Amino acid sequence: MSSLLFLFLIVMIIISAVIVAISSQLIHSAVALLFTLFGVAGLYVFLYADFMAATQVIIYVGGILVLIIFGVMLTNKINTPSIASSSVNQIIGFLASSFLLLLQFAVIFKTDWPQKTFNESWGTGTTAKIGNLLLQDYLLAFEVISILLLAALIGAAFLSRRSS
Amino acid sequence: MNDIQSYLAVASILFSLGVFTVITRRNAIAILMGIELILNAANINFIAFNRFGGMERLDGHIFAIFVIVLAAAEAAVALAIIINLFKNIGTVDVDQAKELRG
Amino acid sequence: MDNNLIILSLFILFLPLLSFISLLIVGKRLGEKSHFIALSIIGLTFIFSAYIFYNIIIKHYHPVSVSIDWISSTSINIPLGIYIDGVTSIMLCVVSLISSLVHLYSTEYMKGDKRYTRYFAFLGLFTFSMNGIILADSLIMMYLFWELVGLSSFLLIGFWFEKDSAANASKKAFLTNRVGDIGMFIGMMIIFYHTKTFQLHAIPGLVSDMSSEILTCAGLLIFMGAVGKSAQFPLHIWLPDAMEGPTPVSALIHAATMVAAGVYMTIRIFAFLTVDALAVISVIGAITAMMAAIIAITRNDIKAVLAYSTISQLGYMIMGLGVGAYVAGFFHLVTHAMFKACLFLCSGSVIHAMHHSLHKLDDHDTNPQDMNNMGGLMYKMPITFACMLIATFAIAGVPLFSGFLSKDAILAGTLAYYHAHHGWTIIIPLAGFGAALITAFYMFRLIFLTFAGNPKNEKIHSNVHESPKAMTTPLIILSILSFAFIFTLPNINPLSDNGWFEHSLHETKLVDTHHHNLNINSEHPRLVIQHFDKNYNLNEVEHHIHDQHDQAMFLSLLVAFIGILLSSLFYFFNKFSIEKATYFMKKVGLFNLSRRKFYIDSIYNNIIYKPFLWFCSLASRLDWNIYDQTFIDSIGRRTLDLSDRSVKADYDWLDQKIVDGSARLVEYFNNKLKHTQSGIIQNYLMAGILGIVIIALLFQQI
Repeated sequence: MSSLLFLFLIVMIIISAVIVAISSQLIHSAVALLFTLFGVAGLYVFLYADFMAATQVIIYVGGILVLIIFGVMLTNKINTPSIASSSVNQIIGFLASSFLLLLQFAVIFKTDWPQKTFNESWGTGTTAKIGNLLLQDYLLAFEVISILLLAALIGAAFLSRRSS
Repeated sequence: MNDIQSYLAVASILFSLGVFTVITRRNAIAILMGIELILNAANINFIAFNRFGGMERLDGHIFAIFVIVLAAAEAAVALAIIINLFKNIGTVDVDQAKELRG
Repeated sequence: MDNNLIILSLFILFLPLLSFISLLIVGKRLGEKSHFIALSIIGLTFIFSAYIFYNIIIKHYHPVSVSIDWISSTSINIPLGIYIDGVTSIMLCVVSLISSLVHLYSTEYMKGDKRYTRYFAFLGLFTFSMNGIILADSLIMMYLFWELVGLSSFLLIGFWFEKDSAANASKKAFLTNRVGDIGMFIGMMIIFYHTKTFQLHAIPGLVSDMSSEILTCAGLLIFMGAVGKSAQFPLHIWLPDAMEGPTPVSALIHAATMVAAGVYMTIRIFAFLTVDALAVISVIGAITAMMAAIIAITRNDIKAVLAYSTISQLGYMIMGLGVGAYVAGFFHLVTHAMFKACLFLCSGSVIHAMHHSLHKLDDHDTNPQDMNNMGGLMYKMPITFACMLIATFAIAGVPLFSGFLSKDAILAGTLAYYHAHHGWTIIIPLAGFGAALITAFYMFRLIFLTFAGNPKNEKIHSNVHESPKAMTTPLIILSILSFAFIFTLPNINPLSDNGWFEHSLHETKLVDTHHHNLNINSEHPRLVIQHFDKNYNLNEVEHHIHDQHDQAMFLSLLVAFIGILLSSLFYFFNKFSIEKATYFMKKVGLFNLSRRKFYIDSIYNNIIYKPFLWFCSLASRLDWNIYDQTFIDSIGRRTLDLSDRSVKADYDWLDQKIVDGSARLVEYFNNKLKHTQSGIIQNYLMAGILGIVIIALLFQQI
């Protein structure tokens, strides 16, 4: 059952990602991206990363994707495939990305990966552990990234306001 | 589903599609979506290696969180820039924005 | 008491140095008053010396010594130290006394000189280094101060260096001394190599394992230093020229003290001189005494006469040492210091007066030192005349005066030496008595020409005046010290040298067994201290001298009388015609021999100086014509040629092709490559991926 679900998630991720890559309608791409991100959140669940799955859903789906759809809507009229579909060097892009894919597959399937799992020790959930790590070992990075986030938000607001 | 290869394979497919998107699309927002795909692929790798790499702690998760935060910040700034671009030159085609103008 | 004496001697050593340094520093500001510093310091030095003299000579205090390590390592140890015995204390007294008198004299003599301060500074430096020689307890320390003395002598001879003759004379003195000093240094090193010490009092006990030949060589080499410094034949040529310096300097350095340093040093090394070395020394002394006396006869310059008489008297002292009569030699050193200083200062007084007279007459061509311009000064300068007469009596060997006693002792020594050895050694007493006769002759010639008779130049004569008190006081003191009784107290028998001087010298041991704990009885077959000859040791030498005393006294009285008589017949009573005598002497060839100073200067000139100049000019021509003109200049021309070519090559090739070419290449690629900077981000990403592809293909690891 779970492997079936896993397979389904994989197929969903790949198909929706392909749609993101090649759809001529930009809004279609955005909606396909929604499914991709949900799929990835599902993968996180399979990886026993409960907190990450929740975060993925909340931030990506709830935040970033909404932001992107806003962007699409602000810069395009809906249903007009004016510039959205236009693509360049599709052949060379395909060649390059498929070469990268081959390269990665070669690495992935030729390497003897370690297969130790410690999910048992993770116990009831990862949230508490992540919280501890963030506020102990990674406190400085945490503070720096929060400053960065604040700066980015202020910068975004500054950039996008109507200039006088 | 209990071996690392399947996760890595999915991540690599996502990455390749993201790269393809970034290379071929002319729309800035579509490029942004490609970047999101690439970042998600990276995140899958982080989490998968954290699970199967024999680590006791959750450092991989922390990295993934940082990546998500960076993605959020990047999306916010990028969209602000794109909207500004659209306001200034009336298009979001990156080919049209090849000259830096004050 | 020991410490007191040591500290006082250190004061004596370093006070004159203080005078030198302080005058150098503050001298400019003091100007004409700078002699106060010098005079007070040197006076203090004299008082200290007198105190040491009192303790050592009169109170018979034992010799004191102290030394500190100067250079010390595992293999060698070189100490610097002070040693004070009877000889030292007498020498200290002589030097500081004459030095202070000369300081006093100079305040008047040098008045108005533009380098007045520097003069006194140099005098201080000289006194410092002279005291260093006297106090030194080791050869190396003596050598250090020896060179310092040479330096200060150089500075003072060349004091009026604007005059070419003075500058040349100072150079000549310095270089001639250097010849002797090289020998001295080599000799010192030979001794050091064998005995591992420079300590004067330790050496005699340690030379027993040296072979007789090497010890003779070493002794003679060290004596070479004395030959240079004491102006012995063949290195005497610098001393007459040294009279270019100020006259008080001539009195202090080149008559009384510095030139006696060689004699002093020979006394110090006397204990390890071999019999052969002493024979050579006595012959050198005899030659010097005789030759210089003959040369002095024909000098007309008043200072030149005194200079040659100094050389002659130094020859006497060296001869005395050579025949083993070192007490007599040292005695003559001291008495000679007094009367020769007196003579020089008197001549200085005369020259001073003449100079002023000429200055008043605005006459700058007449030589104030030429005796042919003097005459009849007796009544004009009575004090100078009296003092000079007394000193002349002393040098001529007239009884009642000091020279008689010391010269007499030396002559007795030479007679004793002849009686012990016979054969060729007859030349030594002959030279001694001959020189005594000639000395009496030329000294009275000087007196008669200068002070007696009619003035040769009335104008000059009328303007001559007696010198001021600052100059006559030293003359009076020195002339009193030329009397015999000064040296024979408490006895006042004028014909016997039996007195404090004799006693103190006999008490002074040449080898200090007490302090150094040495095996003095080590049997060195040829060492003078044990065996002067087979059956003839130093005590016997004195015994023989004593035996010969009466005979020597009689003979010396006779020759002195003959000399004075001849002189007065020629120059005072005019009984004999000088022209006829000159003519006769010219026939014999003696006149020119004397006049031309035995041709020694011209021999040196022809043998050393001219070939050297010839060689120099040859070398210079080689250097200039061949090396410089041909070799160096051709290199220059080649370089010029090469640089012309390289300029062309540089412009045509490097500039035009390589530098400009690289610029053009850059421009070309710029034009081609600028298209890649398209501003399209996707192209950049493509390039990045292409890079990854290339890297993956290159490193086919996967």
